[in-house]
Amino acid sequence: MPQTLYEKLWNSHVVADLPGGEALLYIDRHLVHEVSSPQAFASLRDGGRRLRRSGTHLAVADHAVPTRTRGGIIDDPLARAQVAELEDNARSFDVPYRPLDGELQGIVHVIGPEQGYTLPGMTLVCGDSHTTTHGAFGALAFGIGASECGTVMAAQCLKQRRARTMRVELLGQADPLVTAKDIALAVIARVGALGASGHAVEYAGPAVEAMSMAARMTLCNMTIEAGGRVGLVAPDDVTFAYLKDRPLAPKGALWDQAVAYWRGLRSDPGAVFDQVVTLDVSGLAPHVSWGTSPDEAAPITARIPDPATLGADSARRHAEKALAYMDLQPGTALTDIPIQRVFIGSCTNGRIEDLRAAAAVARGRQVAPGVRAIVVPGSTATKHLAEAEGLDAVFMAAGFEWRHAGCSLCVAMNDDRLAAGERCASTSNRNFEGRQGPGGRTHLMSPAMAAAAAVTGRLTDVRDLMAPGEMTR
Amino acid sequence: MIQPFIRVDGPAAALPEENVDTDIIYPARFLLITARLGLGPYAFHDRRFRADGTEVAEFVLNRPEWREAPILVAGANFGSGSSREQAVWALLGRGIRCVIAPSFGEIFQANCYRNGVLPITLPPAQVAALSAAAAAAHPFAVDLEAGTVTVAGRPPIPFSVDLERRLALLNGWDETATLLNAYGADIGTFEERHRRHQPWLFEGENDA
Ligand code: SF4
Repeated sequence: MPQTLYEKLWNSHVVADLPGGEALLYIDRHLVHEVSSPQAFASLRDGGRRLRRSGTHLAVADHAVPTRTRGGIIDDPLARAQVAELEDNARSFDVPYRPLDGELQGIVHVIGPEQGYTLPGMTLVCGDSHTTTHGAFGALAFGIGASECGTVMAAQCLKQRRARTMRVELLGQADPLVTAKDIALAVIARVGALGASGHAVEYAGPAVEAMSMAARMTLCNMTIEAGGRVGLVAPDDVTFAYLKDRPLAPKGALWDQAVAYWRGLRSDPGAVFDQVVTLDVSGLAPHVSWGTSPDEAAPITARIPDPATLGADSARRHAEKALAYMDLQPGTALTDIPIQRVFIGSCTNGRIEDLRAAAAVARGRQVAPGVRAIVVPGSTATKHLAEAEGLDAVFMAAGFEWRHAGCSLCVAMNDDRLAAGERCASTSNRNFEGRQGPGGRTHLMSPAMAAAAAVTGRLTDVRDLMAPGEMTR
Repeated sequence: MIQPFIRVDGPAAALPEENVDTDIIYPARFLLITARLGLGPYAFHDRRFRADGTEVAEFVLNRPEWREAPILVAGANFGSGSSREQAVWALLGRGIRCVIAPSFGEIFQANCYRNGVLPITLPPAQVAALSAAAAAAHPFAVDLEAGTVTVAGRPPIPFSVDLERRLALLNGWDETATLLNAYGADIGTFEERHRRHQPWLFEGENDA
């Protein structure tokens, strides 16, 4: 029987079949951050348990950390206590830890791949729903709750129900200014915020094969916004080239052995998926979200839809509520929407490729009057690389703030948050009510589009600012 | 540590809204709190309070009839969004032991079971009827042993729960302990085989 990539990954990790159709799944790696781990460590302490394989976990502080300064004492007493608790837990339970002030710190989903911790063929979990990011490497990666983090620590296993499978086939060739983020928003708008519920989504086709690892990570990252449990791309030479010589990737003969195994990690010809979605990305326009659910997104050339024209009742009701919250009127051209804030960063779009794309737009331009724009690299290593390339200077000359690495305005747990009513062009992944601060309004888009919004002060088609040759993916 | 769930009686709060996500149930800024207990005051915080801190009197959980309601009758896709377990802990902190909805966010639902909260999935029409009964302040009884939801004076409505989940809830079993007891040996056997197949996953542990 031909198997899908998901089935191969699943089957190679089943420890036992459980009554009721679930399975006990072996977990190879667990990323630990300060917000979802304290309770898990506490459950270990309460149960008098140790970690089964402490070296398979990797701990780092990212969610709540300030990005204005680094080193020294964290102002917010709660955040300070949370980071201290993570350090203390990592020490007591012998978990590898990336210090906040060190070169290896960053958002869990950025540093995992960057350090070669994420590898094809493995199972990887984290107490954060955007763990789907790591599926870009052909790893079975998904977000879990804090209790499950405790279970993984103690048992290196989780009870899981096998997902259904969906193949998203991306055909054609996208315009150079149209990125994986635009494609992700287009796919989500097509299938709906629940369209991939209970599914493992494999992205395939020529447009995926042509993507860099950064782009594939953006695509897999956003899978959860279509309700998908897992995002996947079959590993190929692009993957292996990215991973080779990363600090935690296998070396020498083990590397060769690993690559030979990884080459088999692809859906067999004739493998059957429960759902197939096909999208031709040729001619696709950059996308932005206009509502409070990630599927409420449209090409930048469009107008705000009239909820009355939306087919399903639930979509209409949601859109009505969303437009009220967003303070937008049906029929408004998306490019007529003014913004006050810009956020470039997050595990969706905080990688070096993303910063380069945004800098290409910012170069020689100025942030519009009345707009506050921040750039928050996804990791400290990314920050330093960007500085070596002079991107920080480009951003600062244009009037952007250049920050330290962390989740920042993606989740608004540190002091970076929107004021009520403020509208933000954001490269993050969620436009839920209040996600970037109570009453804040989020428009999701790509880094280049966010930079374009920063310099014009409104949602903007970046293709109107840039000549096609000015930037490549 | 997990309170067994056998039967819960009391008023049910109706929140017939779709896609109530975990950000609404537990706003992200409170994630800085590292405790599991005592999170009740933060449940639905931004629905219950205005920015100036005053209470929104008409929000269902602020109404005297439903302040202590142990049951929530919710809309489709309740608890969607993130894996944050605080959403469940905050409900528990308010004494909510059971949520009835047409569908749930998947991770949220699993988190419910792990914490002794019973998520009941019923067809939309039944949930709508229960929601109306809840809004009319009829008392509810949720009986896990019998597998029924009953609105006082009406015939019981049956619901189904996965057998293992049901046993764990009835007995208040902790999932980790249950797994380790039942499958400890299998995990060891698997690990040896896995090490032979993908040895690089076992390299250099702890000198990372
Ligand atoms: S950047 Fe946002 S989505 Fe990504 S890990 Fe941080 S909080 Fe989660």
